[in-house]
Amino acid sequence: MELLVATAIGALTAAGIYMILRLRTFPVIIGTSLLSYAVNVFLFASGRLAINAPPVLRDGVEVYADPLPQALVLTAIVISFGMTAVVVMIALGSYLSADDDMVNAPETHPGSGDPADPAQRGGGAL
Amino acid sequence: MTHWLILPILLPAMLAAMLVLVARYHLMIQRVFSVAGTLAVFGLAVGLFWQASDGTVSVYLLGNWSAPFGIVLVADRLSTLMVLLTSTLAIPVLLYAIGSGWDARGQHFHPLFQFQLMGIIGAFLTGDAFNLFVFFEVLLIASYGLMIHAGGSKRLRAGTQYVLYNLLGSTLFLFALGTIYAETGTLNMADLAVRVASIDAADSAGIRVAAVLLLMVFAVKAAILPLHFWLPASYSEAPAPVAALFAIMTKVGAYCIIRMFTLVFPPDLEITQGLFDVWLMPAALLTVALGMLGVLGAKSVDRMVAFSVIGSMGMLLAGVAVFTETGITAALYYAVHSTFAAASLFLLVDVIRSRRGAAAVSFDVAPPIVGGALVAGMFFVAAIAMAGLPPLSGFIGKLLILDAARSSDLMWWVWATILVGSLVAVVGFARAGSVVFWKAHQPADKGAPDEAEEDAESQAASVLPMISIGALLALLIGLTVAAGPVTRVLSATSAQLFNPETYISVVLTTQGKQIKAGYDTHGDTEKDAPEASSGADATHGSSLTKKDN
Repeated sequence: MELLVATAIGALTAAGIYMILRLRTFPVIIGTSLLSYAVNVFLFASGRLAINAPPVLRDGVEVYADPLPQALVLTAIVISFGMTAVVVMIALGSYLSADDDMVNAPETHPGSGDPADPAQRGGGAL
Repeated sequence: MTHWLILPILLPAMLAAMLVLVARYHLMIQRVFSVAGTLAVFGLAVGLFWQASDGTVSVYLLGNWSAPFGIVLVADRLSTLMVLLTSTLAIPVLLYAIGSGWDARGQHFHPLFQFQLMGIIGAFLTGDAFNLFVFFEVLLIASYGLMIHAGGSKRLRAGTQYVLYNLLGSTLFLFALGTIYAETGTLNMADLAVRVASIDAADSAGIRVAAVLLLMVFAVKAAILPLHFWLPASYSEAPAPVAALFAIMTKVGAYCIIRMFTLVFPPDLEITQGLFDVWLMPAALLTVALGMLGVLGAKSVDRMVAFSVIGSMGMLLAGVAVFTETGITAALYYAVHSTFAAASLFLLVDVIRSRRGAAAVSFDVAPPIVGGALVAGMFFVAAIAMAGLPPLSGFIGKLLILDAARSSDLMWWVWATILVGSLVAVVGFARAGSVVFWKAHQPADKGAPDEAEEDAESQAASVLPMISIGALLALLIGLTVAAGPVTRVLSATSAQLFNPETYISVVLTTQGKQIKAGYDTHGDTEKDAPEASSGADATHGSSLTKKDN
């Protein structure tokens, strides 16, 4: 169980970091989503992993699941969901207004030498 | 007085919602309410500051749940000082936004501005680490909206970078909080302080990781060297009033470093030894160097000012990294100073941009700007303050930091970096001033387009922007003249920070509602609360205050 959760967090984080280091906004946004999934599972595990244990006080129960991380995860999910929506909208606005979905600063584009550079394609389309 | 503490957060929140829902299409109503609300928040901030100025620590229990279980708001000297700073900054910035017409260039400037105030003030007042994260997100999401206010492809591009960078920062913050919770089982800052202090040094790997992660998160906010990349583009592309308001956002990072690392991980704590002299101090000094070199190397005035903000953050954190009472006092003085200096510079850059026509903020030769003498004079004052030349507050702040650094092992490094850095900044600012104001002349071959001049004259007619910049500069001069009393207040603040016992005991001993039985199967605690607390403590949202000594 611990191994499984730890592996999942590690794999999500690694994939997320890899995606974040890409140049286009779409993979970067996917990367931030993956990272936020990883952090959600991580937060969940921070209250220790307990199976089949109630989170609220009951008579005659000795082992409890910690309810606080669950509340934290809920908050974190809501926030990261909202933030992802915001970043998608801003990135979309940026793409539509500049005809280019690179994340880096515009000045550095000519040096990239990418023939499929959307800045060049966009220039043709306009 | 009981519910005072939450009002500076509630008021902007309610006002923002009201502005969106009711006054959506009425700019005038929005302006009136926004200014009135900001003034009211300023009044509340003054009240809170006065209340905390005798060393009182006030606690507000949200929902009346007592401390380690519920969320608390805490007002001590430091947090009320920062709230006062925020609300003082907000007034001229808002007036500038109204006077220059920035708020009319896109939708929802005023609601977002209020949400931003709410987030910043909340971050300063909260006494709970996870709540701090939530307020960070509130201030960030408002700042995303403000950052791309009025649109434009360059601004949207910079906005995308800014949002992505901060999303990563937030994720890191959550990892840090998760680690802290896993290690200590609490997120209340006062409770954390108690539990971290009792952690065995041999078993401290997890909490040390958490401390470093937290420091990194706050370093992202404060734009310290390896994590500063988001700042220059965002600040120079953001609308001027927004960039000016953002001058306080880097201070949120500095505030959190000061708060967390005096309260939870105090300097004498064995397990986090070396975090400051080994890591934070060199990073701060490199930040000073980079910021000042950026000032010299920037290709436009707006980026130059953005880099000067980085440099000033480095200076501030050099004061923090000494981590003595005098160091924190110096850092706080510098924080107040650099907030106003950076804000006035960002507003001045906007004035220059709007009056220089096509040359805008580049270092190209352009016709002299309309009303140049006043703008040039203001730029001169602001640049002197930012570069830290006598006689203004930047100089005093720098002297305090240099003085505090005498107790540090790295004293000569600090002195050398700060002094050489200041010299470089002076050269950078002097170059900008002479190109923009002094060497300006009419190009001989082309007549300047008339429209641009007419535009510029209509801009010059509006006095409100100049008054608001003047107010910021007056605050800087006031800070210089009143340096003695201000420093006394600030040294009392840092003395309180280095004796956190009052803070901890007030937070942990304030009683909330009594829960009659620990649990029962069907009754909920809300029902139990009134009858249980009918005796001694019937106030809802009770507040307890306690004095130093």
